[in-house]
Amino acid sequence: MRSFLLLYFFSLFGLIYSFQKKPMDKSLKDGSIIYEDFCIQCHGPNGKGLTKKIPPLDNSDFLLNINKSISIIKYGAKGPIVVNNKEYDGNSMISQGLDDEEVSDVLNYIRNNWGNSHKKQINIDLVNKVKKPI
Amino acid sequence: MNKYFYIIILFFSFLYTTFGQKENPPIIFNEDKINYRIDVIIDGIDIPWGLDFISKNEMLVTEKSGILYRVFDGQKKIISGIPKAYPRGQGGLLDVALHPDYKINNLIYFTISSQEGEGTGGNTALYIAKLLETKIINLRLLYKAFPNTKKGQHWGSRIVFDNSGHLFFSVGDRGNRDINPQNIELDGGKIYRLNLDGSVPNDNPFKTKRGSKSAVYSFGHRNPQGLVIHPETGVLWEHEHGPRGGDEINIPKKGKNYGWPIITYGINYIGTTITDKTEALGMEQPIYYWKPSIAPSGMAFLSSEIYPEWKGNLFVGSLVFEYLERLVIKNSKVVYREKLMDGIGRVRNVKQGPDGYLYIGVEGKGIIKISPLL
Repeated sequence: MRSFLLLYFFSLFGLIYSFQKKPMDKSLKDGSIIYEDFCIQCHGPNGKGLTKKIPPLDNSDFLLNINKSISIIKYGAKGPIVVNNKEYDGNSMISQGLDDEEVSDVLNYIRNNWGNSHKKQINIDLVNKVKKPI
Repeated sequence: MNKYFYIIILFFSFLYTTFGQKENPPIIFNEDKINYRIDVIIDGIDIPWGLDFISKNEMLVTEKSGILYRVFDGQKKIISGIPKAYPRGQGGLLDVALHPDYKINNLIYFTISSQEGEGTGGNTALYIAKLLETKIINLRLLYKAFPNTKKGQHWGSRIVFDNSGHLFFSVGDRGNRDINPQNIELDGGKIYRLNLDGSVPNDNPFKTKRGSKSAVYSFGHRNPQGLVIHPETGVLWEHEHGPRGGDEINIPKKGKNYGWPIITYGINYIGTTITDKTEALGMEQPIYYWKPSIAPSGMAFLSSEIYPEWKGNLFVGSLVFEYLERLVIKNSKVVYREKLMDGIGRVRNVKQGPDGYLYIGVEGKGIIKISPLL
């Protein structure tokens, strides 16, 4: 009986856990598809930006601020933004209409691609908590 | 001896095939003298995607996020009754065009990213409605491309009218290049031709072909965001976003295949090749291709005499390099290119107004009027 209960709670916990958290490797894979659909046209395959007017994603200090990173993908940018001490006109960065899961996936991909390696995984909850542009 | 002979032949045939192809595009010149001024006549629009003129000081402007404005002397009023745009990638409220008999019937057309119909996601829709001051009534869906998809790219969407009662509009490949553009039984990667009431003309090329989309006029396109009727010849001209290095100008002809993605001068964004072919039997060549890509949007031939030396030239907006391109065309060939207003911002649209002046839509700025300094 005790082992049954233990097994029950264990599998229940596992079930809840699996619903809440997407494995990082799956998130990175989904994120790469989102990137090629929505981001690559301007930010380029190497994350450096196709022109000098487009801020880099590769080695970008903007990524250190997780909430601002989420906000800019979710809602776009309004007005100028500063990346690596350089100012950019943020107006061309508009909301792409991604859902929260897609935002988390593409942000995980960007934060762990090229020269970036930010180990902390961005979960849907974190994206969900950003309810308005920052 | 024989061996060397063959090698030499091989070498020359290589030279011939390399240089015998369509000449690489002429280089672009910076303007040497600025002889015009620019004025922002409508501001506060993030992405002015579409523009049409009710009169010389009254216009309709779309804001990509989903707002249609009626603007009189620079004052914007929001038009109510527009269906909700599906906010996804390059989708939104896109082009707007007055019916050729607008003055009599007050009808307007617009294209929008739409979730109508079955399946998750969206695709391009063409609507007609009657405009009464600042609201639309009698909204009617004329065409909806299928299937719906969550892809963000390539909605096409320009609307133009020829001089014999037809409407043309474009739908891009919707991010499904290997399936849509070459199959006339599917939407996407096409230019469409309809009668003004939305019915399909009897002489459309695939009207009687079983299973095909009868509204299709030409196919094998990637993402056409420039359509215009040449003011002198009345012929349809088009430009489209290619992949890297493959933006094209075409003169789409009835029933013809423009090759995407079987032939292209471009490569993938990540640098890998799509195809090694730039030409193939049964597929049309562009009259011009941009290398590097300028990301063309909006297209207008200037027919007015207002600007010295610009009459008859083609004007195209560049999104990526943020300028307006002036192209001199002789015998359907581009012979000269010039960069105007370098760095002005992403040029989304260009039109000649009823007053003969050029107007451009610039992202983050609004609508700008270009006036010559005489």
